[in-house]
Amino acid sequence: MTDRVPPDLQAQGITKRFGPLVALKDVNFRLRSGQFHALLGENGAGKSTLVKCIMGYYHPDEGQILLDQQHVTIRSPRDAQAFGIGMVYQQFTLISNMTVLENLVISRAKLNPIINWQQEEAHLIQFMEKMPFKVSLSARVSSLAAGEKQKVEILKQLALQNRILILDEPTSVLTPQEADEMLGHLRAMTLAQQLSVLIITHKLREVAAFADEVTVLRKGQFVGSGKVSELKVSQMAEMMVGSEITAKPKQRTPRSTSVPKLVLQDIRIKDDLGVEVVRGVHLTIHEGEIVGVAGVSGNGQRELVEVLGGQRPATAGTIRVQDHLYQPTRKKIVRHKMVCLPEEPLQNTCVGHMTVAENLAFRNFDSAPHAMGGWLISRPALRRSAYGLIERYNIKPPYPDTPIRSLSGGNVQRAVLARELSADVEILIVANPCFGLDFLAMEEIRQQIVAVRNRGTAVLLVSEDLDEILELADRTVVMFNGQLVYETTSPAADLAVIGRHMTGHMA
Amino acid sequence: MPQNLNKALEPFLIIVGSLTVSMVLFGMFVAAAGADPIEVYQTMYRAAFGTSFSWQNTLIRAAPLMLTALCTALPGYLGLIIIGGEGAVVMGGLFAAIAALTMPAAPPMVVLTTMALVGMVAGGVWLTIGGVLRHYRAVNETISSLLLNYIAIALLNHLVTSTFRDPESLNHPSTHHIGEANMIGVIPGTDLHWGLVFGIVACVIAWFLMHHTVFGFASQIAGGNVRAAQIAGLPVGRLILIICFVAGAAGGLAGMVEVAAIHGRANDTLNANYGYAGILVAFVARNNPLAIIPVAVLLGGIRASSGLLQRAHELPDATVLVMQGIIFLVILFSETLYGRFSRLQKQGVS
Repeated sequence: MTDRVPPDLQAQGITKRFGPLVALKDVNFRLRSGQFHALLGENGAGKSTLVKCIMGYYHPDEGQILLDQQHVTIRSPRDAQAFGIGMVYQQFTLISNMTVLENLVISRAKLNPIINWQQEEAHLIQFMEKMPFKVSLSARVSSLAAGEKQKVEILKQLALQNRILILDEPTSVLTPQEADEMLGHLRAMTLAQQLSVLIITHKLREVAAFADEVTVLRKGQFVGSGKVSELKVSQMAEMMVGSEITAKPKQRTPRSTSVPKLVLQDIRIKDDLGVEVVRGVHLTIHEGEIVGVAGVSGNGQRELVEVLGGQRPATAGTIRVQDHLYQPTRKKIVRHKMVCLPEEPLQNTCVGHMTVAENLAFRNFDSAPHAMGGWLISRPALRRSAYGLIERYNIKPPYPDTPIRSLSGGNVQRAVLARELSADVEILIVANPCFGLDFLAMEEIRQQIVAVRNRGTAVLLVSEDLDEILELADRTVVMFNGQLVYETTSPAADLAVIGRHMTGHMA
Repeated sequence: MPQNLNKALEPFLIIVGSLTVSMVLFGMFVAAAGADPIEVYQTMYRAAFGTSFSWQNTLIRAAPLMLTALCTALPGYLGLIIIGGEGAVVMGGLFAAIAALTMPAAPPMVVLTTMALVGMVAGGVWLTIGGVLRHYRAVNETISSLLLNYIAIALLNHLVTSTFRDPESLNHPSTHHIGEANMIGVIPGTDLHWGLVFGIVACVIAWFLMHHTVFGFASQIAGGNVRAAQIAGLPVGRLILIICFVAGAAGGLAGMVEVAAIHGRANDTLNANYGYAGILVAFVARNNPLAIIPVAVLLGGIRASSGLLQRAHELPDATVLVMQGIIFLVILFSETLYGRFSRLQKQGVS
């Protein structure tokens, strides 16, 4: 590792569009030499897009990147590496059945056709001696704990002589102790002017403890930046989620009764890796009520929705629907009229190559008039029902025989809404219903959700968009680290308090 | 609608194209072996479809292929790749023969019905093992069904050389003969046994089941996107087990027909690779049970021509297996071509 100081990195007026969507709008950002800088923002605020523009994954539509005040063009991550910029991703990019040494060596862009392992090892041993933390070179990556793997990821970038390190939520897979240790080492290296660090995170605690400066993005725009020493955690939270509620609550009829419809008791769920990600959720939803679950994604919301929709078994706890024990079998779904609209409807609730008419019939293909005698599918009846729904819900193009995957995202969502909401619904579970939709489709879908609520349906709305929750929900709960940590009614909602709970900074 | 036309046109063109490429490759192979490819194809045509005798020869071979192709095609609707047809045939034949031997005094109709039922249950249970392992233990169904084939063959060999051995079957260990009276007869006016009818009827029933019933619709959802099926509350595990059972039953029926129409006993001739050839038939037919019928006839024809090919061109009789292998590889490769022809796609959208 050479001893030159890390360059000063500046992004000026970066704008990035994806079709009609403006992901970044005129964003300015500066990472000074030897600084530990935190980039804050909610999901979808544009943090990842910004660093991808810096790394050369994306090419900004407007704006420029400066290194030491010199304009540079970064076309690809390989270019970025040539400029000494490296990135550590949220997920590990190590090859787990190889040793640390092998992983470090093969990460180089150019390798000799014949690798002199002894020489490489000697080289890396020398390199390791200068590092503040050590990992055994001969250890197999699969035998390392998450914190050690993250260290290897960082070592990999440093061994490549990178002087600017970008870390995308590096601590999301670490325990708090591992996170503190790793961030502490990085902090020490920035203080020694060996490295500049840009870290994307949701965890304000880490920002307050380790960063020098913070930049906040919201909805693709620069909101503010400042020295961490001069900002309070509550101010940062406020900058992240905004200070005022921009969306007005929807027209709604007041609730007359408070009959509990869906009662979750001590729900515990493990994710695909066997880690308990939902750790004892208790929640009651009443008739004619929308309960919004706010939270940064990855705190167990997805798994919770999967359990309610029948896509994942819970490891413990009970679901009671109208005082009956509930399992998501077809019979009980029909009896209790409990339906689930998960995020990404095309991937989660549709069969892409089947037609719109077929997809619209998933709930009722086995009952009259679609099933003659209970077992024979009537295609004409399917198409007739489809025509009705297509017209009522304005699905375009209005052809029942097109494969549903050829529809636009908004129309797929309309089709799924048509399927789930056209019949009586007692309980509705809905997750990120407007993800990736344009404004009009968004508005329409939110109207539909409020409409079923006004008809007496109990709605559980899980969303990463806090504005959406505040616009729709009667009651808001915050999910953090697999538990519901805060509850408020919507008229009393205080964004700063919600934001603090979302980021695990309870005060 | 042009879309529907294109939907059918794309697989048709790709499959016809693959078969053409296979024929060219096979032609090169026989040319390298010193024969004239054109003449070889003419001989094959004559041997397979040239006369009514060769047609019958072809159809006799096609009959079990239709049933064993269903072993792979039906689970394909659920996204499972099962290649255990061979095991289902062996188990079906073995237990059908055993069933017949336990009821020596019963009238032939009763014996044959019992044989068919026992054979189907044996084959069905055999493939269901793969389905159970898949659903409850997440064992790869392709591997497990392949390995079950070898277990079935070993079981057959064990039983025909021990408990059920006919002492008179000296150098070809077999069970006792089920009795001439209990053999399935031929279709009047032909040399074809009724197995062909079973095959065709089974394919038509399978097609109807998968495309026109509630069960088939549910299976298509589960096969298309298991998460969508879960949200709809469909019992995915039960669908897997039922489909595996039905698929295995088709294979078991093929085994029963082999015993009751041809051999009269269960022995190692049951494992005559009909199960493996059925995989090829299902792949070429893209798992569509109706398409299985003509594809099985085509492959039956290829297999029927092996003898004449050997006599007329001095090619080894394994030559047709080379052709079968070439077709298999080209068809597998052609799977990567779907959606690649922009002209077909664009017409589809307009």
